[in-house]
Amino acid sequence: MILDGKCPTGPIEQTWDKHRFDLKLVNPANKRKYNVIVVGTGLAGGAAAASLGELGYNVQAFCYQDSPRRAHSIAAQGGINAAKNYPNDGDSIYRLFYDTIKGGDFRAREADVWRLSQVSNNIIDQCVAQGVPFARDYAGYLDNRSFGGAQVSRTFYARGQTGQQLLLGAYSALSRQIKLGTVKMYNRREMLDLVVVDGVAKGITVRNLLTGELESYAADAVCLATGGYVNVFYLSTNAMGCSVTANWKAHKKGAFFANPCYTQIHPTCIPQAGDYQSKLTLMSESLRNDGRCWVPKRKEDCGKHPNEVPEEDRDYYLERKYPSFGNLAPRDIASRAAKEQCDDGRGVGPGGRGVYLDFATSIKRVGADTIKERYGNLFEMYEKITDEDGYKRPMRMYPAPHYSMGGLWVDYNLMSNIPGLFVLGEANFSVHGANRLGASALMQGLADGYFVIPYTIGGYLAGVKPGVVKTDNPEFKKSADEVDAYNNKLLDINGNKTVFEFMRELGGLMWENCGMARTKESLELNLKKIPALREEFWKNVKVSGKGADLNQQLENAGRTADFLEFAELMCRDAYHRNESCGGHFRSEYQDEGEAQRDDVNYCYVGAWEYKGDKKEPELHKEPLKFDNVHLAVRSYK
Amino acid sequence: MSDHKTMTLTLIVWRQKGPKDPGKFETYTAKGITEHHSFLEMLDCVNEDLIYAGKEPIVFDHDCREGICGMCSQVINGAAHGGQDRTTVCQLHMRKFKDGDTIYIEPWRARAFPIIKDLIVDRSALDTIVQAGAYVSCHTGGVPDGNAILIPKPAADEAMDAAECVGCGACVAGCPNGAAMLFTGAKVSQFAVIPQGQAEAATRVKDLVDAMTSCGFGNCTNHYECQVACPKGINVKFIARMNREFIKAQFA
Amino acid sequence: MQFTSSSIGRKVFMAITGQSMVLFAVIHLLGNSSIFGWLNGGINAYAEHLHSLPLPFIIGFRLVMLAMVCIHIWFGIQLTIENRGGRPQQYAVKSTQKATFASENMIWTGALIGIFLLYHLAHFTFQVINPETAALKHLVPLHNEMVPNVLGMVVSGFSNFLVSFIYAGAMVVLFLHLSHGIQSFFQTMGWSCDRSQPIIVKLGSLVALVIFLGYVTIPLTIFAGILKG
Repeated sequence: MILDGKCPTGPIEQTWDKHRFDLKLVNPANKRKYNVIVVGTGLAGGAAAASLGELGYNVQAFCYQDSPRRAHSIAAQGGINAAKNYPNDGDSIYRLFYDTIKGGDFRAREADVWRLSQVSNNIIDQCVAQGVPFARDYAGYLDNRSFGGAQVSRTFYARGQTGQQLLLGAYSALSRQIKLGTVKMYNRREMLDLVVVDGVAKGITVRNLLTGELESYAADAVCLATGGYVNVFYLSTNAMGCSVTANWKAHKKGAFFANPCYTQIHPTCIPQAGDYQSKLTLMSESLRNDGRCWVPKRKEDCGKHPNEVPEEDRDYYLERKYPSFGNLAPRDIASRAAKEQCDDGRGVGPGGRGVYLDFATSIKRVGADTIKERYGNLFEMYEKITDEDGYKRPMRMYPAPHYSMGGLWVDYNLMSNIPGLFVLGEANFSVHGANRLGASALMQGLADGYFVIPYTIGGYLAGVKPGVVKTDNPEFKKSADEVDAYNNKLLDINGNKTVFEFMRELGGLMWENCGMARTKESLELNLKKIPALREEFWKNVKVSGKGADLNQQLENAGRTADFLEFAELMCRDAYHRNESCGGHFRSEYQDEGEAQRDDVNYCYVGAWEYKGDKKEPELHKEPLKFDNVHLAVRSYK
Repeated sequence: MSDHKTMTLTLIVWRQKGPKDPGKFETYTAKGITEHHSFLEMLDCVNEDLIYAGKEPIVFDHDCREGICGMCSQVINGAAHGGQDRTTVCQLHMRKFKDGDTIYIEPWRARAFPIIKDLIVDRSALDTIVQAGAYVSCHTGGVPDGNAILIPKPAADEAMDAAECVGCGACVAGCPNGAAMLFTGAKVSQFAVIPQGQAEAATRVKDLVDAMTSCGFGNCTNHYECQVACPKGINVKFIARMNREFIKAQFA
Repeated sequence: MQFTSSSIGRKVFMAITGQSMVLFAVIHLLGNSSIFGWLNGGINAYAEHLHSLPLPFIIGFRLVMLAMVCIHIWFGIQLTIENRGGRPQQYAVKSTQKATFASENMIWTGALIGIFLLYHLAHFTFQVINPETAALKHLVPLHNEMVPNVLGMVVSGFSNFLVSFIYAGAMVVLFLHLSHGIQSFFQTMGWSCDRSQPIIVKLGSLVALVIFLGYVTIPLTIFAGILKG
C-alpha cells in the first residue's frame, strides 16, 4: 500500500496556515463532551494534555511515574532551537527548516518540518510566559548559543537543564488544568493495550502499578506521547522505565511502525564501566563547543595517562576529517568517527571503548572559571560517576543510544493509520528523518503538544459523535482479559533467568549487530538470534511476586517481552533499507566512511504493518518528495 | 581505572509489604560490589540474588538514574540520598563505602509521605502543592514575544537557582519535622523573582502555603537540614523569601 | 486559611513575640547592670525609677509581656506537637548535620525558661520566696527618700549557692534558646538571604552569649564575694 501523509500542497510557507484554516472546528460548547486520553506526560504529552484541557476538552492523562513531572524529557541538557534570529546571524524559519531536512538526511516530510520550524518561535514565547528561566544576558534579553550541527546561534537554554525547565513549564500548565478540573491525572499507570472499536481507537487498558489492577478508560481520541525505544539496546541514556510497550501494543492493534531502524547514537556519553551497569549517562553535546575530541595517533600510547601524550602524537580526528565543522559535526557523524577510532585500536579507557574530550585548549584560552560557568554541572556529574577531574585530565567519552527518530507512522495531523489514535513527540516518526539535530527533540515535543495537536485533533473530533463508546463495550473487557492472561503467563513461567539477563542479552545483540553500524550479515544474524532469545524468554524467564501487587519484576518482564518482539522489526527494517542515511549506517553503503544514500530506491518512509504472531510484517511505503530543499549529499567537510 | 577489588557489604533494609503493614528491617549481604557500582546498581545485584533465591526483591523508586528526574528516594544511614553533597541516590557510587560496611536503607519518613511498599513512598502531596498555584496562569498561545519581557541576568539566575528543584522530597525526608518548606519556598521564589510571576504573587504564596499546611507537612524550625539533604543544593534563602512574600501578601 | 492557623503565620507570631522578649531581656539586662554602680544610687535607684512610672503604664506593660509569653507558649506547644507528628517514625540511624542541640530542644529550653520565669517573678518581683529579705520590707535611704533595698535582696539571694546555681543554670538554658531563636526570627520574617544568613546565625549566637554573660555576671560576682551589698 502506498501511504498518504495528507500533507497540504502549495507554497511551503503557507502550508500550515492554510491547513489550519481548512481544519474543521469543534464548537466551544461541545468540547467538554469529548473525552481525550493522553498517555505520557513528557514535553509532548504534558503540553498536549494542558492545552487540550484549556481548550475545554475532557482530558485524562496517564504516566507510569509517580508524578507527571518526571518524564524523561527532563533529562535533556543542551537546549531548544527556535528560528528567532535574535543574534542577527542570518537565521530564519527557512534556514531552520533547511537545516532540519538536511540534518535528517532527507528522510523527513517537508511540510511537517516546515510547520515545526514555523511554530518554534511560538514555543519560546510560550515558555517565557510560563516563567521558564532561560539564560539571559545582563540587559535582560534571552541568550543563545550554537549547538551541534548548526552554524547559527539559535539554541535557547537554561543552564544544563533545559529539558527539566521546559518540562516543569509544561507540568505547571498541566497542574493548572488539573486544579481547574479539565484534566484528570492518573499517575503510576502503564498502558498495556489500545482498545480499538470498529477500527477506531476508543480507549486504553492500563495497569495500576500500585495495586496491579487492570483499568479501562474510554475516550473519543487517544494521544500517545510515550517516547522512544532506544532501551532496546538495554544500555542507553533513556530512563529505566522508558519502553516501546505503549507503541508496540498500538502497533499490534494495527498502527504502522515507521522507520524503526533510525536510532540516534549520541557521541558524548560516559563510557561503560562494567557488566553490572544499568544505564549510560549523557554529557551534553554543548561540551563539544569547547572540548576537542582526540585519540592517540599510535596504539601503544592508549594506555598512557592522556596528559603524557604529546600534542604531536594526538589525532584530533574530527578536526582532521571535517575541517569546517570540526568538533561540532552532527551527532551521527561524530559518533561514527569515535567508533572508527576505537575499531582502529586507538580507543582509550576500559576495553578501548572511549575517546578523549579535552578542554585544555579552551581553559588556556578563556580560563577555567569560564569553563566552569558554562559546564560546571557537567564536570561535577562526570566526576561523580568516574571519579576523574575533567578540568585536569581529558574526559573519556563514548557514543551511546540516545533517541529514536523512528516511531509510529502519523499523517500531517499526527494521526496514525488507526482513526482516533494520535502520536506525539518522540513516539512518532515525523520530523527528524534519519537523524535528529541537537536541541530539536524538545522543540518537536512542545510543538506537537502546544501548537499542533490542539488544532488537528479538532479536525478529527468535529466529525465524531462524542461519548458513543463507553467502557461497557465488550472490546474493553476483551482487552483487559487478554492483558490479564498475558501477565499471568509471564508469572507462571517461573524459569531460571531473570528479566535483566534477557534484556542485557538482547541489548548486546542489538548494540553489536544493529547499533552504530550494521551489515547484511550482522542483521541476518540478529534476525535468527532474536526469535530464539524470545522463545527462550517465554520458556525460561523468572518473574517473582503476584500480578495483583506492586511488582516491578512484572513491569520489566512485560517491557522486555515487547522489546524482544520490537527488536526483530527494527532489524528487519534495517535489513531492508539497503542504503546508509543518518542514524542508519549500513557498512556496505559508504564512501570512505561517509553514509551513502540511495535516493532512487529508498527515498520513502518505511511503515510496517503487524500481521500477527510469527507472521512477516508487511511494508508500506510513503514516498518522500523534496520540492524546496534539493536532495544532495549531506557533507560537513 | 578499576583495580577490580570487590566489596562485601551488610545491608539492613526496611521491608514493608503494603501501606498498612507494620514493616521491619531485614538484613542482606551484597557481594562482589566494585567501587564503580552506583548505589542502585548495587541494589540491582542484591535483587538479582533475591530473585534467584525465590525471594521478593526490594522495590524502590528510580527512573532516569542520572540525578534529574527526582524519582529515587532512599535514606541511607540516616541521610536522605546518602549524604554526599548535592547527589541523588542514583548518582551515589559505591566508592563512598568501604568493604565490610553496614548500611541502613530506609524510605523517606514523613507523615505527608505514606509508605506504599518497601522503599517506595507516596509523594503526591508535592503535586498538590504545585497544583495549588505554582504556575503562571498563561494560556497556550497569545503570549508576548520572549524578548518583550526583559529579565535581568541576576533575576533569571535566581529563578533558575530555585527552579533546579527536582521534586524528590529529600527536604521533607531530611527535615526532623517532615516540613516541605524548602520545596514550597523554591516554587514560590521561582515566580516571585521574575516579572511574569508578579500578577499572581500574593495569591500564589497564600495558596501554596495553605496547601502545604493542609497536606500534613510539619512546620519549619530552621534546622536547615533540608538544605543539606537537597541533591540540588537549594538554599534556605528561598524559605526566607517565601516567608517574606507570605507576610507581604497579608497586606496585598 | 486564617493567618493564625497557617504554618508560616503561626511562626511569625512565634518570631515576633520571641524577639520582643529578647528585646525585653536586653533592656532588663541594661537596667540590672546598674548594680555595678554606673547609675548614681545603683540598682535601688533604677528600681525606684521603674516604680515611679505611671501605674497604668506598668500594668499595661506587664499585660503586654504576659500576652507575649502566652502566645509564644501557646503556638510553641502547638507547633511542636505538629512537628513531632510530621515524622511519626524516626530513622534507625540519626545523622543530622545542621540541626543543633539548641535547635532540637527549643520546647524543653523554653519550658525551663518558663519555669524559671515563674521562680524569678516570685523571687524578685512578688518577693514571696525569701520574704525575710524582701526589698519592700527593708527600706533604705536614697537621695533623701526611703526606697526598697533591692540591692540587699539581690545580694542576699545570690549569696546562697543554690539560688546562684539556679540563676546561672537558667541563663545557660536561655543562651541555648536564644542562640537558635534570634537567628530564627530573621529567617521567619524573611529578613535574610544566602549571604546574610550565616552571619545572622553567628550574630544571633553572639547576642545570646552577651546576654548570657551579662546576666550570669551578677550572681557569680555576688556569690564570689566580689560584689557586696
